[in-house]
Amino acid sequence: MMNIPIPDLRPVTPEIIMTLAATALLMLELIFKNKGILALIGISAAAAVLYVMPMSYGETFFAEGSAMFISDNYSAYFKLIFMISLILSILISIRYIQREKAEYGEYYSLLLFATAGMMFMVSARDLILLYLGLELMALSTYILAGIKRHDIKSNEAAMKYFLLGSFSSALLLYGISLLYGLTGTTDIYKISEFLKQTETTIPLLLSMVLIAVAFSFKIAAAPFHMWAPDVYEGAPTSITAFMSVGPKAAGFAVIGRVFYIGFETIQTDWTAILIGIAILTMAVGNILALVQTNIKRMLAYSSIAHAGYILIGIIAGTNEGLNAMMTYLFIYAFMNIGAFSVVILLEKGDEIKDYEGLAKSHPLVAAVMLVFMFSLTGIPPTAGFIGKFGIFMAAINAGYTWLVVIAVIFSAISAYYYLRIIMNMYMKEQKEEITIHPSISLNAVILITGLMVLIIGILPSVVIG
Amino acid sequence: MQEIGYPILSTLIFLPIGGAILIFLIKRTNETLIKRTALLISLITFILSIPLFISFDKTTANMQFTETYNWIPEWGIKYALGIDGISVLFILLSALLTILCVTVSWNSIKDKVKEFYASLLLIEGTMIGVFCSLDLFLFYIFWEAMLIPMYLLIGVWGGPNRLYAAIKFFLYTLVGSVLMLVGIIVLYLNTGQGAERSFGLLHMMTINYPYHIQLILFWAFFAAFAVKVPMWPVHTWLPDAHTEAPTAGSVMLAGILIKMGAYGFLRFSMPLFPEATQAMAPAIMILSVIAIIYGGIICFGQTDLKRLIAYSSVSHMGFVTLGLFALNTQGIQGGILQMINHGIITGALFLCVGMIYDRTHTRQIADYGGTASMMPIYAAFFMVFTLASIGLPGTNGFIGEFLILLGAFTASKTLGVLAATGIIIGAGYMLWLYQKIFFGEITPKLKEHKDIDLREFLTLAPMIILVIWIGVYPNIFLSFMDVSVQNLIERMNSVPVNSVSGNEKILSLINDTGAVVEVVK
Repeated sequence: MMNIPIPDLRPVTPEIIMTLAATALLMLELIFKNKGILALIGISAAAAVLYVMPMSYGETFFAEGSAMFISDNYSAYFKLIFMISLILSILISIRYIQREKAEYGEYYSLLLFATAGMMFMVSARDLILLYLGLELMALSTYILAGIKRHDIKSNEAAMKYFLLGSFSSALLLYGISLLYGLTGTTDIYKISEFLKQTETTIPLLLSMVLIAVAFSFKIAAAPFHMWAPDVYEGAPTSITAFMSVGPKAAGFAVIGRVFYIGFETIQTDWTAILIGIAILTMAVGNILALVQTNIKRMLAYSSIAHAGYILIGIIAGTNEGLNAMMTYLFIYAFMNIGAFSVVILLEKGDEIKDYEGLAKSHPLVAAVMLVFMFSLTGIPPTAGFIGKFGIFMAAINAGYTWLVVIAVIFSAISAYYYLRIIMNMYMKEQKEEITIHPSISLNAVILITGLMVLIIGILPSVVIG
Repeated sequence: MQEIGYPILSTLIFLPIGGAILIFLIKRTNETLIKRTALLISLITFILSIPLFISFDKTTANMQFTETYNWIPEWGIKYALGIDGISVLFILLSALLTILCVTVSWNSIKDKVKEFYASLLLIEGTMIGVFCSLDLFLFYIFWEAMLIPMYLLIGVWGGPNRLYAAIKFFLYTLVGSVLMLVGIIVLYLNTGQGAERSFGLLHMMTINYPYHIQLILFWAFFAAFAVKVPMWPVHTWLPDAHTEAPTAGSVMLAGILIKMGAYGFLRFSMPLFPEATQAMAPAIMILSVIAIIYGGIICFGQTDLKRLIAYSSVSHMGFVTLGLFALNTQGIQGGILQMINHGIITGALFLCVGMIYDRTHTRQIADYGGTASMMPIYAAFFMVFTLASIGLPGTNGFIGEFLILLGAFTASKTLGVLAATGIIIGAGYMLWLYQKIFFGEITPKLKEHKDIDLREFLTLAPMIILVIWIGVYPNIFLSFMDVSVQNLIERMNSVPVNSVSGNEKILSLINDTGAVVEVVK
């Protein structure tokens, strides 16, 4: 009888917990009428993951002498971001999907599956495992985007996301297969070793470009951003919140691993491409956000713009840059989910003009939204400033001062559309009655995210280092 | 010197901020309590700032009342505060003007009262923070943070065109500030390697930066400071912001905010980039003279009362920057004193305008006439402030302008003469304004209005006292800055002084721009 080696499951424990919980939720939803319990299970799964994480470092799933799965500090940090985003997204969903008549048990299950996919992505040492995680995340989010079955916009969002996403996944696969053909392995670290001994060829650059394109799609970087505004607008707002943080962070994580480590030898080449993408992304995101009337679309373009700033952290090409990118994503999770929570809070909160006069009727809500808007702009003393500051410092230190000048100019331009919300809330008169739907979970999220944005802004040592 | 047993500067910064938070906790319907709390906090802040005045050691140029705590060690950032002769007077001015802003708005703000007074106190706290910061990161935090309450102040409680004015103010200042941020980071990265790096100003002052770095950084910082001052041609936000802001907003803007720009030049540009400052000084002096004359002439065409005073601010700040960049003792001392003076004079003028606006609700100069017969006490106050603005000997305006012109003349005869014509233009529009408003027939718009009451009298009284006090015996205030200014000038002169002629200076400017482009590439 063949001795089948049992892989060391300790490093994969978080992922196992997440996947088991997701599967369990699929079945439990048939039993429980009260979907709130499912939400609770989801949050418990996330908490369990956080608990187990410190004990789950290591490499596993060895094939041909190298591990396919690695759990290190890098992936742990991203998993922390995923858990935070998962917990917050679940909390804001509970009452919201009841309101939107999209309360399916599968909702929570899919959220957990998507998170499991993201976790596999960031822990992947092997490109196939990376692809697996990416597809798991993508497919789950496609469905989640369209979960409002009777809403045309939601259906359109899911369709667009699915078609464009599949296309980009195909490109990714093509790139990976090219890379395999050139190097004979799908292990990122081995690829890096191999490339150090060969010279740069056109197929290599082609594979790099294809992979860059695929990842750029995932993080909604221009010119592969077209799906984001429509999908963000059509999807249920709680999913938009989740999508704007989790998959984006996962995308950056894999860019970090694949490009920084895998394509180390051709760093000058991919840096050049990323610089072009970053500038285009900041331009498209900021300029198009100026003319939006729907707040979800505006936040989508704002997300695109922020992806541009974060790319600068990777372009810096130093450890400092990667650290800055990770810190920024952590901060970004809080301020973005916070902003979307306020959108959820309002009964009719999708259009920018719905916010007129909010300061008079609901001053506390307006105040928190003000904090989020200033944080997204990057004004001290909020966390958004700290995030940008870290990236700018890393980039200037790496010699990209001119790029930072461009970034700060775009950052200043962005103030206009963020301030427009504040302007509506504080400086315009209310046209219609604004109803809000506070609930314990939603209020908790708004409070936590608001506080974190301010605390990190004043005491950044919480997140740096 | 350090006999004050507690961290006085931190208190002065965070007491108003704490007061703002306190106001947030008060029920919004209890407006009297809100107003009284604001008044109390601002009074306490002022009283607490008086020891700075008394215990200040005028014999040293070192930083006093310093506080240093570790804040973000990973980035070399410390929470470092301290003041010297250049900054001490600004703190007192901020504290005083805040009290007056609270009292002048007592009856005129009726909507969202809570947020108004909270914003006012936040502005005070962050402004004092700007003047005390010795760490560039901390300085930047306060510099930017101040934008938020100011934007709200203009946008929520301002005049009919407030939305435009507020966003213009915000965006203009923000663009300048973010360019300064890039400069700050470059400065930091040049302070050493790895762990030695720091954002601390005093540490940075010990480093000799290479000339081309100085030049780029000078312009990066110039972007932020020039917009704040405001220098021509980036002054266009000022008339809108001043005009549309509520009275308290205008007073804070004109009184303190725009001083922060000139203060930035003194505190950062000159000590850190001495050679670049020397090289760029002629250009900046030219811009200043343009501001003086242009600002002055534009005033003649104004139909809006507040707008006229706003443009006079541009003109006056032109004097200030002229004095500062003359780079000699009289010029710099005159510049600093004139900053204080202008804060008092223009602050008082805006207070006066606010009072009359509360009655008539019009800012059009054409609607006014014969006010002196209806409100004689008010007319007397306004007269003193007008004369101070013109620079009549005996008022504080004269001392400042005289010193500045002395310094400017020493640095460049032509510019000195041109600047002096600015005084004549100033006299022109101010006296014309006074005549139009106060003398002549009483216009129909001015129905029977009562003269100023006790609250308004008490608001203007401190200003009159200061105008005359500084005008008659300025040495009390000048003595604060003596040693610090001397120190600054010595620092500037320790680099080879350019004794070349004006043309050569312009030629070297063009060469330097070429070098700048090289480095940026």
